[in-house]
Amino acid sequence: MQAEQIEIAGFLSQYPPFEQLPQERIDALAQMVEVAYYREGDEILRFGDPIHDLFVVRSGVVEVYRRNGDLYNRLTEGGLFGQMGLLVKNQVRFPVRAVEDSLVYCIPEESFEQLYNEFEEFADFVAIEDSDRMRNAVVEQANPNDMTTSKVKNLIQSEAVVANRDISIRAAAQMMDEHAVSYLLIEDPELQLEEDSDDGRVIGIVTDSDLRSKVLAAGLDYETEVGEVMTTGLSALDHNAYVYEAMLMMLRNNLQHLPIVKRQRPLGVVSLADILHYESQSSLLLVQSIYRAQNREELALLLPQVKDCFVRMVNEDANSHMIGSAMSVIGRSFKQRLLELAEEQFGEPPIPYCFVALGSMARDEQLIVTDQDNALILDDSYQAELHQGYFEQLAGFVCEGLNECGYVLCSGGIMATNPKWRMTLSEWEERFGEWIDNPDPKALLNSSIFFDLDGVWGRVDWAEQLKSFVARRARRNNRFLASLARNALSRTPPLGFFKDFVMEKDGRHNNSINLKRRGSAPLSDVIRVHALAVGSRAQNSFERLDEIIEAGILPKGRGQDLRDSLEFILMVRIRHQAMDIEQGIDADNNIEPENMSEFERRHLKDAFQILSNAQNFLKFRYHSNRAGLS
Amino acid sequence: MPMSKLPGFFPLAPPGPRWSQRFEELAEKAKDKPLKQYYQNGMISGETPLSEVPFVALDLETTGLDSKRDDIVSVGLVPFDLRRVYCRQAKHWLVRPLPPLSSESVVIHGITHSDIADAPSLNHVFEPLLEALAGKVVVVHYKSIERNFLAQAFSKRLQEEFQFPLVDTMEIEANVHRQLRWGWWQEMMGKKRVSLRLSASRQRYSLPHYQSHHAQIDAQATAELFIAQVRHHLKEDIAINTLWR
Repeated sequence: MQAEQIEIAGFLSQYPPFEQLPQERIDALAQMVEVAYYREGDEILRFGDPIHDLFVVRSGVVEVYRRNGDLYNRLTEGGLFGQMGLLVKNQVRFPVRAVEDSLVYCIPEESFEQLYNEFEEFADFVAIEDSDRMRNAVVEQANPNDMTTSKVKNLIQSEAVVANRDISIRAAAQMMDEHAVSYLLIEDPELQLEEDSDDGRVIGIVTDSDLRSKVLAAGLDYETEVGEVMTTGLSALDHNAYVYEAMLMMLRNNLQHLPIVKRQRPLGVVSLADILHYESQSSLLLVQSIYRAQNREELALLLPQVKDCFVRMVNEDANSHMIGSAMSVIGRSFKQRLLELAEEQFGEPPIPYCFVALGSMARDEQLIVTDQDNALILDDSYQAELHQGYFEQLAGFVCEGLNECGYVLCSGGIMATNPKWRMTLSEWEERFGEWIDNPDPKALLNSSIFFDLDGVWGRVDWAEQLKSFVARRARRNNRFLASLARNALSRTPPLGFFKDFVMEKDGRHNNSINLKRRGSAPLSDVIRVHALAVGSRAQNSFERLDEIIEAGILPKGRGQDLRDSLEFILMVRIRHQAMDIEQGIDADNNIEPENMSEFERRHLKDAFQILSNAQNFLKFRYHSNRAGLS
Repeated sequence: MPMSKLPGFFPLAPPGPRWSQRFEELAEKAKDKPLKQYYQNGMISGETPLSEVPFVALDLETTGLDSKRDDIVSVGLVPFDLRRVYCRQAKHWLVRPLPPLSSESVVIHGITHSDIADAPSLNHVFEPLLEALAGKVVVVHYKSIERNFLAQAFSKRLQEEFQFPLVDTMEIEANVHRQLRWGWWQEMMGKKRVSLRLSASRQRYSLPHYQSHHAQIDAQATAELFIAQVRHHLKEDIAINTLWR
């Protein structure tokens, strides 16, 4: 009578990829297992040797090495090895050694092949490399949800209604009536388009409210050309954008109508009402409350709502881009309201200025735990003796106010309150020019944050001007890119997790890991270098990646890998922060491996691997090793 | 506790019996066909190095500890060599013991009256059991149980003599600890002796915890323990006759 293998089956059914198999298959598999014992230091697999088993660590610890001897992986109970060898010519690809006395279950090739052919999840798990597993993980964790998966093009009710700029206002109103729309897009058929313009020939929009305020109330002649009353400087969104992006864009720019374009051609117009069907609560209301607050005290009282909004979005399975953007819009609204309040209190500004956000907020990647990084761009007519007092007060008011709202003061002093970071536009250009033309890695280390900037209030076009300046100047400046690349290597990811601690590359153990410092921040650093190299003006890491991929400077597939890794690391951070908030604990960026799910551990490990590879590629691409010598 | 490498203690022990020769004699005497076949299959030479020996780990669950009064309720075994344990060839039989089950023993191995109501008598298991053991060296944890109970079973039911070479992992473990530095001293000073039970012994080699008192799992556990003992304390090229009894 053949014996059941209760112990082995029970063990296998606890670990992926076996846990997903039907019980009878696990039982059958357990009967095929052979068991081997290795002492500490024993070589289990030697490079190039024939291999005919898949190995599962039952107890003990083994290490997997690259061919050059570098540690590739460290496995404990439930860890798999030998799969690559089985799949590729039955030759060992990654040598393996026992680092503790280990008992290993060996699954014969025939059983492995049967499962591989029959069960897709099993095949996926063993066959795909880190990066692919990463991608699948990102897809898996993105539970379908209206806001995150619905494209804005699905909201379009009817074809865009477009009129020539020279028709009369009366004709325009008739057209709107005929098509039953509350807007009319205005185009200029004679417009000469620049080659790489995204704008198309649509130059403006007229809405119901324009007809009311600019025509009826003003008593304007109905025969006037409609072009006279249109609103220009139109924001438009690509048809492939998600609904939440449309929402954020409208919130940010205070728009009622948003044209949706496909290759410069307007497909339709989405109204705020259309979007409200999708998003009935939370961030919208919160932004409104921020604008209604009458003083700093009232603003500070909104902090719990910010946390609620964050947790709610996490629970609704929003993705990291969506949460980051929403949190950034909220942060921006706080700043804008504080600046409004400051101008009420201290009077109109004596000269024009621009308040800029730096770092994660500028990148739309702000999460719940964040310090404030900001600066002021002043008009070139600035005279210290006349204006210094005003901007000192204004900056003090805003930064203190932000601190009260949970955006703690920047420990590095990168804030508008610091006279060093209140400069005129020309001074800023000069400073950026210096950073780029005479790169000093040490000085750059503290200033990389300035390369993510976004205008929040006042002359926001100056921020755009600075972005263009940086994009032009940095693009082909190899010494600068090399210095920046070198800095991007300073924060390395850990090797992975092992039992309940973090395994460092040098073998040290830590009890917790700062996922920002060791994961998302170095990834953003890597992405920034590539973005500046291709002259991208985008600030958000995901948007930067789009442009980097388009520029084709990365090996095929690597851009997508980086995107998936960033998304995964951010989502783990976000989820853990949300859990902390729900439990009434102060959220931070530290995570203890023992609090991670098996899914998170496994995929974080893959994500770190991708980051590590990306850093190596950076070294190679920008010769950053030589930066210090040149 | 980490164990220091020992140079191999078995040169201290005299070589065990000459089993291949004894099998020839037993084959002559046996009348039961399967048993005769078993002996005729022969036994490897005592000089065979451990690395080339085909082993089979064996465990019996019984109604009690007295082989004269109690009987076997289940038999588990798994073939192995120093490289691998071959679970695919593992076997497990529930059998109906001669005297009724006492309630004591039920508590230990969890086998109930209804489990064995339909179980075959041990007589029906002899043949496949002997086939599975043929040509292999039996490894057990605490040799008296398996040796005495099987001898009794064959003599009671078939009036045959059943003898076979045994390696006892408990004996190995006891020797290891007697030989450890100061082990004898601690023993003399009345220090608590290390537990030689199967699960306690396995722990010392970082082997995982298995549920015990299931004949087939205990056989598996014994096989793994033996391999670990060899890897830690013995040389793979020592002769099997230094270990078998």
